[in-house]
Amino acid sequence: MSWKASEMTPDVKWQDITPGCNIFEGSTSAVVETGDWRTTKPVLALDKCKQCLLCVPVCPDMSIPVDQDGKRGDFNYFYCKGCGICAAVCPFGAITMVKDEK
Amino acid sequence: MSSDTLKENVMREERLSGGHRMCAGCGSPIAIRTVLRQLEPGDHAVVTGATSCMEVSTFMYPYTAWKDSFIHNAFANAAATCSGVETAYKALKKSGKLDDTYKFITFGGDGGTYDIGFQSLSGAMERGHDMVYVCYDNEAYMNTGIQRSSSTPHFADTTTTPAGKVIPGKLQKKKDLTKIMVAHNVPYVAQTTFIGNFKDISEKAHKAIYTPGAAFLNIMAPCPRGWRYPTEKLMEVTKAAVETCVWPLYEVIEGKYTLNYMPKNKLPVAEYLKMQGRFAHMFKPGNEWMIEQVQQEVDKNWEYLLKSCGL
Repeated sequence: MSWKASEMTPDVKWQDITPGCNIFEGSTSAVVETGDWRTTKPVLALDKCKQCLLCVPVCPDMSIPVDQDGKRGDFNYFYCKGCGICAAVCPFGAITMVKDEK
Repeated sequence: MSSDTLKENVMREERLSGGHRMCAGCGSPIAIRTVLRQLEPGDHAVVTGATSCMEVSTFMYPYTAWKDSFIHNAFANAAATCSGVETAYKALKKSGKLDDTYKFITFGGDGGTYDIGFQSLSGAMERGHDMVYVCYDNEAYMNTGIQRSSSTPHFADTTTTPAGKVIPGKLQKKKDLTKIMVAHNVPYVAQTTFIGNFKDISEKAHKAIYTPGAAFLNIMAPCPRGWRYPTEKLMEVTKAAVETCVWPLYEVIEGKYTLNYMPKNKLPVAEYLKMQGRFAHMFKPGNEWMIEQVQQEVDKNWEYLLKSCGL
């Protein structure tokens, strides 16, 4: 029987999944890339950014990291789905949405 | 906490992880992460989820987006499940088997709160469990394809209330659940949404979590897919809802109403309605009466709220 989410691959037989489909660790979704849903992506112009942080709480995907000094860093494109809410709330035009071509 | 600046607020621990499968631009993860950030460091949470978009997208076996314990039971009994866990916790704590502080939070969409889970919510509030029920209100059953709920506003176009020659969208008005929860005489009830620096919603979430006894928080969480507006306009939509008084920001502490935001110039409801495709038919020639009727309904509710707040 497998008890870790990382061991729960599609090859695991139903007899070997956890009883009640319980998961015994938090945040196991962190390994799931949702950034590949994106069609447009936000690009940060650091010289225009005034660190007002208005973009941070509006992100539905926790894709704007804040460091220990309370300053935002570059986008986490592993999760960012490209909704553009951050760019719309930026008062300084520091975030532009560009076509994300693969 | 109430003294938090935006910087302090966003530096608090995030308790929802990326990798969840909510749509791009969805309002509900914003509501959830904001509420969970208000847990004090060291405090644990037990989160209960009603069946909803949020539940199926954050909790797909074996992937959970929750850092804290999460339990999903059924659509109708999220509040009952939470109240049971809270009672078990109290018993364990009393007998000295558990030392840590746990907080009990239930999240439900409007379907799981206004409709299907209403009886269990009402029961849990009446019994006064030390828990918070958070409704993220996106005004329809979005998870199954935008069917109307009792939270869907008057005249909104949904797949079960299609606006056309036969009916002008939803025929009934939106249920005022926040006021129904006030009538349960619980210590804390509040209505909020995402505005500016998130001060209003964060303060209310902190009060709701740390007020002893039952608390209810109703958060408007727009759904770009169901409301049919471009994803990036989320904060414009919530601002318009507040400025037109469609969704006033207020709280009720021990039965006493307080208005948290008074619009300087109350905007006409059309400013809110015109942003969303679900109300597009109301702007066709000959349908002006619908907008006028919604305006009258909003004005009536607003006057009643002002009176309740002693204004």
